[in-house]
Amino acid sequence: MNAERKPIVEMKNIEKHFGAVIALAGVSLEVYPGECHCLLGDNGAGKSTFIKALSGVHKPTAGEIFFEGNPMSFDRPRDAISAGIATVYQDLAMIPLMSVSRNFFMGNEPVKKFGPIKLFDHETANRITMEEMGKMGISLRGPDQAVGTLSGGERQTVAIARAVHFGAKVLILDEPTSALGVRQTANVLATVDKVRKQGIAVVLITHNVRHALAAGDRFTVLNRGKTLGTAQRGNITPEELQDMMAGGVELATLESSLGGTV
Amino acid sequence: MSPATTPELGDERVKTRSRFREALIRPELGGIAGIILVFFFFLLTAADSGMFSAAGVLNWSIVSAQFMIIAVGACLLMIAGEFDLSVGSMIGFAGIVIAILSVQMGWPMWMAIIATFVVCVGLGAVNGWLVIKTGLPSFIVTLAFLYILRGLTIFAAIATTRKTIIGGVRDVAEGDWLAALFGGKVLTGLFQWMGNIGLIDTFERGTRKGQPVVDGIPMLIVWALALVIFGHILLTRTRFGNWIFASGGDAQSARYTGVPVNRVKILMFMFTAFCATVFATCQVMEFGSAGADRGLLKEFEAIISVVIGGALLTGGYGSVIGAALGALIFGVVQQGLFFAGVESSLFRVFLGVILLLAVILNTYIRRMITGDK
Repeated sequence: MNAERKPIVEMKNIEKHFGAVIALAGVSLEVYPGECHCLLGDNGAGKSTFIKALSGVHKPTAGEIFFEGNPMSFDRPRDAISAGIATVYQDLAMIPLMSVSRNFFMGNEPVKKFGPIKLFDHETANRITMEEMGKMGISLRGPDQAVGTLSGGERQTVAIARAVHFGAKVLILDEPTSALGVRQTANVLATVDKVRKQGIAVVLITHNVRHALAAGDRFTVLNRGKTLGTAQRGNITPEELQDMMAGGVELATLESSLGGTV
Repeated sequence: MSPATTPELGDERVKTRSRFREALIRPELGGIAGIILVFFFFLLTAADSGMFSAAGVLNWSIVSAQFMIIAVGACLLMIAGEFDLSVGSMIGFAGIVIAILSVQMGWPMWMAIIATFVVCVGLGAVNGWLVIKTGLPSFIVTLAFLYILRGLTIFAAIATTRKTIIGGVRDVAEGDWLAALFGGKVLTGLFQWMGNIGLIDTFERGTRKGQPVVDGIPMLIVWALALVIFGHILLTRTRFGNWIFASGGDAQSARYTGVPVNRVKILMFMFTAFCATVFATCQVMEFGSAGADRGLLKEFEAIISVVIGGALLTGGYGSVIGAALGALIFGVVQQGLFFAGVESSLFRVFLGVILLLAVILNTYIRRMITGDK
């Protein structure tokens, strides 16, 4: 990474305690525009808690967050969203009962004014939804098609398109590929690539090393609430990443019995 | 992306559907089918009983309008993912508060009505706040309020008047501008004219000789229609409506995208309380008295109307128009069986059957729309 580029997000020594449980014990991370930064870690490593601190869901117990160089403190998810940090959650990205267009504009509905009355501008919402979906390569029956009728990968893509459309500068993806098949995973990772090329910083959370290596520029590994370091693409092998995630020793013996990288 | 999936070609796995089918498949379909069925049934069995004369129509319209008023509130609240079982008790409570403030304490009627609205909508907010803060199911919290409010209502009535019914409201309400908004009638001139030209029957004898049997549209019906229109526009045409759907569909997802779910839910509890108070005020003005036992079981009647209208009990899906149709079915069946001379206990059997049929049909429709399993 060249030295002149400034990180869009800098998180320094983030700590988060839930009662007696220390979920994060001083985690630091920098994300640059146009890069895909993968956050890896096994279950319970603190990945989700960490990104929730960035997206305004949890307030960190200690530590600082800098966004575009300025210290930030998000009290609510809305604050983070309006600053340009959008999060696409693993299973909570969409409401299946609602139409694609209603989901697309959830929380950001376009309005048309009739005197003092503000109405939801369905025409604009429907038009933009169809356009954005077309760009991402998804064909809908119509903007009023319920999200419940879409596949998992399509839902992720709708959520990513939504975040990008609303001017996200930083896009956080929480295990976008965990429940997807091979083809759909490839589609989602291709979407991530498109987004990154638009100059948006992507934070990709995953515990799948192969998915991380396919899409990521840099990799940070979390283990039990701590950072185990950040690696550049090309400077690390899948085996090394895997070992860092799981603590190494035990997995090495497991792997030999399974015949390869998990 | 691979060239095989160009968007222009469309997805071969998405079945094309006919326009007719698209138009048919809507949340209100169950309600519409129910209305057709019910009217068909009563046109066959009760056509000559006076059910479809002016007075008959007014009779079941008033009953349906009562259901509609509380169904609108229950509908929006249910779509937002919550229940209010205290609606019936709230109706009794609001009525008694109006009567105590105006008759017993001598407040002018308009002041009593406004104060009652403030108190009841405030109680709705307490309901909502408790549900949000405790995280308990609204079913339990509002069940507690069902008992608390009913008990308080009876206690307040007995403590102030030694009776459970407080009369004399009509005298205090006489000439009051706000009372007229709930107990008055509109279009009286039109009905007098229709009576004069013989479109509707007029009284043959007595003090009201020459006046039409139906002398206007009660404000109750105006309130019902206004609330239905307001609720429908709010739900389908505003951003707040989208937030209602989102809060009930998946509160956590909605929060993550920045929807103020707690505010939406508390406001919907307040709106439900508002609807219950409108119901109570209209009823008190119509009867000229308030009773501590008024509104019994109304919460279930509201919920049944909403469910017949296609709303999903777990939230996130439904229609105000559907709920209004459900209320109309409810009212027409209740009064229609009376007109048809059917034993009144069979009303519940009939209603249960309609509820079951409507819900089965609605579930089927919903699955087609949402791809739900």
